[in-house]
Formats: sequence, C-alpha cells, structure tokens
Amino acid sequence: MADITARVTMPTSARKGEIIEIKVLARHTMDRAVDAPGLKPSPRRIIHSFRASYAGEEIFRMALSSGIASNPFISFTTVATETGVISFEWLEDGGAVYSRAATLVVT
Amino acid sequence: MADKAPTRRMVAAGLAVMPFAVQAQPMASAAADVNRSSSSENFAEAERALLAGRTPIAAGITLDVPKLSENGNSVDVLINVDSAMTREDHVRAIHILSEQNPFPRVATFTLSARAGRAEVATRIRLATTQNIVVLAETSRGAIHRAEQEVIVILGACVDGG
Repeated sequence: MADITARVTMPTSARKGEIIEIKVLARHTMDRAVDAPGLKPSPRRIIHSFRASYAGEEIFRMALSSGIASNPFISFTTVATETGVISFEWLEDGGAVYSRAATLVVT
Repeated sequence: MADKAPTRRMVAAGLAVMPFAVQAQPMASAAADVNRSSSSENFAEAERALLAGRTPIAAGITLDVPKLSENGNSVDVLINVDSAMTREDHVRAIHILSEQNPFPRVATFTLSARAGRAEVATRIRLATTQNIVVLAETSRGAIHRAEQEVIVILGACVDGG
C-alpha cells in the first residue's frame, strides 16, 4: 500500500463506552475532471471513498465527490469498546489505496 | 468544475461495496461520470432518488455551515443529527446535497450504532451562492432534512483550487 501525507487526530486512550472524536486530514489535490471545450481533457482524480475500521470491523465510511475540498478533512465519532487498532483507508481514482492506523487503549 | 448546468448523473462508485444497507444508488452511469465535469443528474433528481418516496421530517438535524463564505473552495460543514444511536434506532446515512454544484451529491457518510453520536464534519466546494441540503436516514426508515443558504463570494469554479 502506498503512502499518503495524512494527519489523524484522536485520543490514544479512552474509557470503555466513551465516545471519541476522530479527525483525519489527508493531503490530496482532489482534481476534478476537465471536459470543457477548448481545454485539455483530463480525468477526475480524487479520493472517492474513505473508510475506518476498528479492530477489524468497519465503523465508518464516506463517499466523496469532486465537491469535497482539496486536502479532504473528515471528522466522525466512535464508541471506545476495546483496545485495538483503528485503521483508515483512502481510496483514490485509479485504484490506489492509502492507509494509516492508530491504536486506541481502552481502560 | 465547468459552469455547466448540473444535469449528469453523480458518480456512485465506491458505494458499490458498502457493507451497510444504504439507499440504492444509480449505478449504471457511475463509471462514465468520472471523466465528466458535471453530473447527468440534477439536484431535484438526486434528492428525489434519496427520498425514495418518503416525506422528510424537517427537524432533528443541526446543520452548521457559515452563512457567508469568502472562498467556495473550502466551506466547513458540521452536521449533528439528534439520535440515540442505539442498535434499534440510529442514523445510518447522512447525505450532503448541493443545489448549484456540477455534482449535486457532494458526500455520503455511512454510520452505525457504534458511532455513539451522529456527528460528522467535512469541508466542501461550492460553485456559487446556494442552499446546502442535508438528508439523514435512520435505521427505522425515517428521513430527516435540513437546508441552509451559503453566500459564496468567490466560487470554487473560478480557479484550480
């Protein structure tokens, strides 16, 4: 899996049952398709999907469009259930998948 | 984004492998739209498809967007849906729709009861001054709707941002 410049902001530990907020910001130009007359046509190249898994189970998914700002920012919440890895995946047009992971310690 | 009327269908790629049962999307033209600068589907069609005959409840969503945005390339959107987020009754999808963008379907968030709160945020592009519409679908089949106008000084279609 390729790498992406991304910042994941979330707590490193939480009490069981606590709702934690996860914010992710990735560096990506989110290029829109160009097909206007007189311009050189170019295909869309955006992050079209984002998903987050917690201890292997998907907890959040987002479908993005070219209407999402460049350097896509996403904020969502999850309930701390168990100590485990929260993994993040960004799916780009063309099939590239970028991923990151962070560990949440649940006490 | 070219300044064409938003008349072509929005890309639904990526929704295809969604594990949660979300509203059926028009899949047929998904691949074709990737290389287009506007959707084959307009705003009214997109909203009608998402509502699927249900009457939306005009309550339950707190939509926090600026009333005035100087730069349409990045507009903060914070959505909070009033929900207990239990296994039986939770928000399973939140859609952001734009009235005037080339693609009316801006984003779809898929949630489960594990979210704890139905609260999501992102940053969107706005072509021009327009209403932002948010639809939230619950696991019980209800659909909530909220709408707010954003005045955009410099639209996102002006430069490459």
